[in-house]
Amino acid sequence: MEHLTEIRWHGRGGQGAKTAALLLADVAFNTGKYVQGFPEYGPERMGAPITAYDRISDRPIRVHSNIYEPDYVAVVDDTLLHTVDVTKGLKEDGAILINTLKTKEEILPFLNGYTGRVFTIDAHDICMRTLGKYFPNTPMLAGMVKISGIMEEDIFMKEMETSLKHKFAKKPEVLDGNMKALRLALEEVD
Amino acid sequence: MPVNTRMSGNEAVAHAIKQINPDVMPAFPITPSTEIPQFVASMIANGEVDTEFIPVESEHSSMSAAIGSSAAGARTLTATSSCGLALMWEVLYVAASNRLPIVMAVVNRALSGPININAEHSDSMGARDSGWIQIYAENNQEVYDNFLQSYRIAEHKDVKLPVMICQDGFITSHAVENITLWDDEPIRQFVGEYEPEHYLMKADETMAVGPYAVSNYGMEAKRAQAEAMKNARQVILDVAKEFEELTGRKYGFFEEYELEDADYAIVAIGSVCGTAKDAIDELRRRGVRAGLLKIRVFRPFPDREIAAALKHCRAIAILDRAEGYNGNGGPLGAEVTAALYKAKAKAETVNMIYGLSGRDVRVEDLIKVYGNLEKLASGKIKYDDYPYIGLRK
Repeated sequence: MEHLTEIRWHGRGGQGAKTAALLLADVAFNTGKYVQGFPEYGPERMGAPITAYDRISDRPIRVHSNIYEPDYVAVVDDTLLHTVDVTKGLKEDGAILINTLKTKEEILPFLNGYTGRVFTIDAHDICMRTLGKYFPNTPMLAGMVKISGIMEEDIFMKEMETSLKHKFAKKPEVLDGNMKALRLALEEVD
Repeated sequence: MPVNTRMSGNEAVAHAIKQINPDVMPAFPITPSTEIPQFVASMIANGEVDTEFIPVESEHSSMSAAIGSSAAGARTLTATSSCGLALMWEVLYVAASNRLPIVMAVVNRALSGPININAEHSDSMGARDSGWIQIYAENNQEVYDNFLQSYRIAEHKDVKLPVMICQDGFITSHAVENITLWDDEPIRQFVGEYEPEHYLMKADETMAVGPYAVSNYGMEAKRAQAEAMKNARQVILDVAKEFEELTGRKYGFFEEYELEDADYAIVAIGSVCGTAKDAIDELRRRGVRAGLLKIRVFRPFPDREIAAALKHCRAIAILDRAEGYNGNGGPLGAEVTAALYKAKAKAETVNMIYGLSGRDVRVEDLIKVYGNLEKLASGKIKYDDYPYIGLRK
């Protein structure tokens, strides 16, 4: 199954982890991949921990189960680190991306001895500088593309511009901010 | 021209509705089917369809309004899940016995309790004897294709029965996956205009819908209804053949995956079948002759065909995503086992329950099922009870 990339998203209801997973599936589809983007629902309520998943493959995807051994993990809210085992099953040759104000060193003790690559991103800062509102899924999406390398960054930016142009056809002023947020995230995650 | 895109199962149903542009949709929202009436409401607001949407105060009312609309002569649909379907119970029978070709998108979800919003087949399995045709899907592509075929089956003069187009709640309804759509015009030609023979709004004909029948006549009416369900078999196959000519996608009563030479087979319905296919590919690499029979049409039940396709197997696991609460297993287990018995099949069988309340099933779980079938066939294990897959101890 060397052609398959599996990604798990952790967030809280209302933060857009599901949206980020679906956006990633969307952009991967646009680059010619087979995709599967889906949420795992419990009792739906704002603020409750939620999980979403992506499968991205060169071949048709038939399996319909959750992902237990992801290649990559994204954590949209660092308060989840206290209650959710976010590195569970995460492959050691994979990576994790955490949205936090903290430094990597401060985060490491919460990762249950994970020895793979760890990335942090301050999505709040990026959003405030570019959108003026907190929509963490935009920078997180770019961050995930960066750490996973599932597509070339310039292809990703081109695809995002096309789909955001379509999405915000009636609000062109929003397009610029989103593109800037994506670009900043690609620069800052490393 | 096929169009390759990606969308969720609920979006796929909504797209089929858009292409068919039915006359009337009464609906009441319930998770996970809620998106379907939402999408249709948007399509109406955007002027993409001219369907009459009837907001109602309950599912009993949505089905009652659908019955009225269909009896009047309008092409009618609704959508529901779980307790919503349960609340329709009484009137499901009214729709079927009055031979009304309503199509209902069922997004399968557990019935209470405990209260749970996730996938299970207990809702539509409970309605299996209500006189509705039931067609199930493994993924978004199949639910789209099934919906496109539904009115042709329901409205056929030899059938005239309502149809449930079922898919697994969240697992396919809310998963965005690749899908191939077809252009509107050939689809519209395939589905055709609805021209009912008898209907309440027909000016030069008076008729009654839903009258009382004394014992002298009631039995004949029910027998005629059962005959329509039998007729549906051939119509389902004919419509599938025509659909294949249009799209190149092949459908029947069920799909056989690596079944022809299989020693060990799983029989199942819905999204778990995709997971089973991955398990089978892995087992075939190891030299195990594993196979799958995925049921698409559960009503009418294609018993002889199922038995013929399974007859050569040494051991068969029949997987139910619904508990029968009869002490013996689930509904699919009972009906497939009976079909095998009538066909004098020699295979060992076991009925297993899986996925209740949305419990996840992995490739590894199904590899284990095939392992147990090998042991069952060689007499190393026996089942006194019907086992659960993935039950916490």
